[in-house]
Amino acid sequence: MTGPLVIARRSFLRGLNLAVGGLTLGFSFSARAQKAPVPSGSQALDATAPGLNPNVFLHVAPDGLVTIVCHRSEMGQGIRSSLPVLIADELGAQMARVKIRQADGDVVYGDQNTDGSNSIRGFYEDLRRVGATARMMLIEAAAARWKVRADECVAKDHLVTHRPTKRRLGFGALAVEAARRKIPEPKTVVLRPRSELTSLTANMPLLDGPAYVTGQAMFGADVRLPGMLTVVIARPPVVGGTIVRFDAADALAVPGVVKVVEMPQPKVPWHFQPWGGLAVVAENTWAAMRGRAALHITWAAGPNGAYDSEVFKAALSKAVSVPGLVARKVGDAEAALKSAARTVEAEYHVPHLPHLPMEPPVAVARMTSDLCEVWAPTQNPQAAQKEVARALGVPLEKVRVHVTFLGGAFGRKAKADFCSEAAVLAKMLGVPVRMQFTREDDLRHDYVNTVSTNRLTAGLDPSGRVVALRYRTAFPSIQSLFGDPATPEPEDLQQGVLDLAFAVPNLTAEIGVATAHTRIGWLRSVYNIFQGFSIGSFVDELAHERKADPRDVWLELIGPPRKLSLSDLGVKELKNYGQPLELHPVDAGRLRNVIDRVTRAARWDERGRDGRFLGLAAHRSFLSYVAAIVSMIKRPDGKLVVDEVWVALDAGIIVNAERVRAQMEGSVIFGMSLALYGGITMKNGAIEQENFRDGGRIVRMGEAPRKTWVDLMESDAAPGGVGEPGVPPIAPAIANAVFALTGQRVRELPLIKAMGRQRV
Amino acid sequence: MSISLRINGEERLLDVDPEMPLLWVLRDVLGLTGTKYGCGAALCGACTVHLEGQVVRSCVTPVRRAQGKSVTTIEGLSPDGSHPLQRAWVEQGVPQCGFCQAGQLMTAAALLKEHPVPTDAQIDQSMAGNLCRCGTYCRIRDAIKKVSGGGR
Repeated sequence: MTGPLVIARRSFLRGLNLAVGGLTLGFSFSARAQKAPVPSGSQALDATAPGLNPNVFLHVAPDGLVTIVCHRSEMGQGIRSSLPVLIADELGAQMARVKIRQADGDVVYGDQNTDGSNSIRGFYEDLRRVGATARMMLIEAAAARWKVRADECVAKDHLVTHRPTKRRLGFGALAVEAARRKIPEPKTVVLRPRSELTSLTANMPLLDGPAYVTGQAMFGADVRLPGMLTVVIARPPVVGGTIVRFDAADALAVPGVVKVVEMPQPKVPWHFQPWGGLAVVAENTWAAMRGRAALHITWAAGPNGAYDSEVFKAALSKAVSVPGLVARKVGDAEAALKSAARTVEAEYHVPHLPHLPMEPPVAVARMTSDLCEVWAPTQNPQAAQKEVARALGVPLEKVRVHVTFLGGAFGRKAKADFCSEAAVLAKMLGVPVRMQFTREDDLRHDYVNTVSTNRLTAGLDPSGRVVALRYRTAFPSIQSLFGDPATPEPEDLQQGVLDLAFAVPNLTAEIGVATAHTRIGWLRSVYNIFQGFSIGSFVDELAHERKADPRDVWLELIGPPRKLSLSDLGVKELKNYGQPLELHPVDAGRLRNVIDRVTRAARWDERGRDGRFLGLAAHRSFLSYVAAIVSMIKRPDGKLVVDEVWVALDAGIIVNAERVRAQMEGSVIFGMSLALYGGITMKNGAIEQENFRDGGRIVRMGEAPRKTWVDLMESDAAPGGVGEPGVPPIAPAIANAVFALTGQRVRELPLIKAMGRQRV
Repeated sequence: MSISLRINGEERLLDVDPEMPLLWVLRDVLGLTGTKYGCGAALCGACTVHLEGQVVRSCVTPVRRAQGKSVTTIEGLSPDGSHPLQRAWVEQGVPQCGFCQAGQLMTAAALLKEHPVPTDAQIDQSMAGNLCRCGTYCRIRDAIKKVSGGGR
């Protein structure tokens, strides 16, 4: 979710004394629109503290301490080491004198849904304005005191300096005077040249590193409240299932177990509701787990009890064997396929995929007579606030959500179910509660990424050139979670199908009919995973069919460098991740460039030599362009292993390049896990996998590439996403490398069997 | 029943069920939350601590096995985060979400005690029991090598 959000004036000021803090103004996000500031309460620091509060993100105290709010959740992307640094850069503050404060869920901050690779691309300019506004006010205060012109003064290293006379004043000494000044009109706020921003030009330190390596970082499960009890819940194994009868006597006999309570039964649509079931309340986690194991429950499976992923696969295959709803149309693919010299067709299947964050979902909640507080590793504290308010039947302002560190998230923790469960229990029990998912719970009660089948058909002319492409896709959509039909809407194809920058003269994309039988969620890079796998594999298949170099076929299909209009794409509209095409065009040139860069880095022309077989794929997602090459080698024992990986990323302007590299390295491992092992299977409506074995397996140290090379393209383009775009090209690059080495084409994930290894 | 053990150099006498896994004694009884729960089945290594200097998965280690013994957790790896591995982890930007890193560090610290200059194979083998979903493996390898002097 992206897009402009107008910050409403806070109706609930939490007892802050606005008079003491001086003038405080809310910051109004608007996508590149100039908007007048809105009076509001500052959240950067307790407003009873004097100093400069130009907006809800920033406070400069008279002692010089600058507090910057991070309103996005920290889940490993390093956002706390990036966005606040960007603000501090614009301000001219020294990071050693900056305190970062994690925001609670509150509409005053605008969109806090840390999702869609949106933190930098969505807030880059607005947050620079946050810092620049305060900088201008500090400079004006200094200029007034010195009776000089403001444009003769600069702000740097926590000081304002009058250049001609070298007079200097610290930010702290200016804070109170600056607070009395008028907030500059947004259109008068001048941003620094990019060369002055260290977060754009230098590697930034990992600010939370020391907390992570000493065990001091506070994750969701680490929150401790006086009198807190721990809960583990036995949830229905099938979504929508109910309890027929239960016997809790054995559970209650477990020492440390305090109580067993029934959870509210959710209703369709599932949204983020608690899952139902029986909650075992105990003095500690171990007792709660043992108590749950001792429960005797008879479940009724409900309407999803027949869901079987093998059977469903056949249904999806059928859905792409017939014409579907046309979502994209250039030329006349049907006619061109009929008259083609030959056709190439392939069908690809990607199963449901799990999130598996290292920290299973967990939340702590406390309910008093007038407030419910939740501490949780949530990606979306405002969604949590909303769901908790709904579940408790209280107004939004009676719920406060505090965001802890997130031990991985990948989309799972954007769902508020675990926060809601904890809050409901805190209300029922009247004591603070920590509700802990076990790893088995995390797998069985995941909002799995959807399952898909794609059928791609290409028509080739006598010379082998692709003159037609028919792209059929069938998958239950995320919207089914919120009560809409499971068959995707055309806009759901924005992820890798509608924005596929191909110059094929006759191209259609069609949507097949699908149904949903579980809670469909979104996993890091979402639909791009299977769209990227299909197209990335298919281009390689076409190259093989033509006995051509896959790189050349990629470049031929993409065509000349150009920006594609809606009519070029053959679509009525393109959601484009919430951004206008003018700012973030579908740019064939940028896709070509990353392919060019990555093939040079990997020495593509030397592939196949020395037992080094390469697979290539490229994909545009979240407004960024990524190409990846995987090198596959065969070990003496016959097993195939990924040896090296090269990634070229064009994400436009890069903030904190060091963390961006880390995201690419991590995306490689994430992509490898889903390619090699990913695959949730469902039988009788229930997920079959239970822990980090079988389908819950992920890549381990010994399987990680010997080396991952990351090439960041320098660019002046508006920032694109970083957290997700590295993932989609990895699985097809692996499959293509397997093909290069073995000649075996694998069109379905997971790939592990094709690599000579069995599931563990 | 009471259990006596030494945790991070401090003698403790605990009144707990001897079958309770050490992980939950650390987290729920002692409030030492640096050691993480990730799987409960010795599959992920997030709960790794040292028992008499040896790596154990505390989620499957009944506390009775620590009776009279010495346990070291991430909180006790160094007094102030100054263990060479901790420093290298920060300098090299190893952590992403950070959740698995206490376990990674405890395993790596034990590895370096046994093999001060480990080979790649020794690193891969020793660290195989520690999962990282963010995918920081390459940096973990590099950081271990940097500390051991085995890197480039």
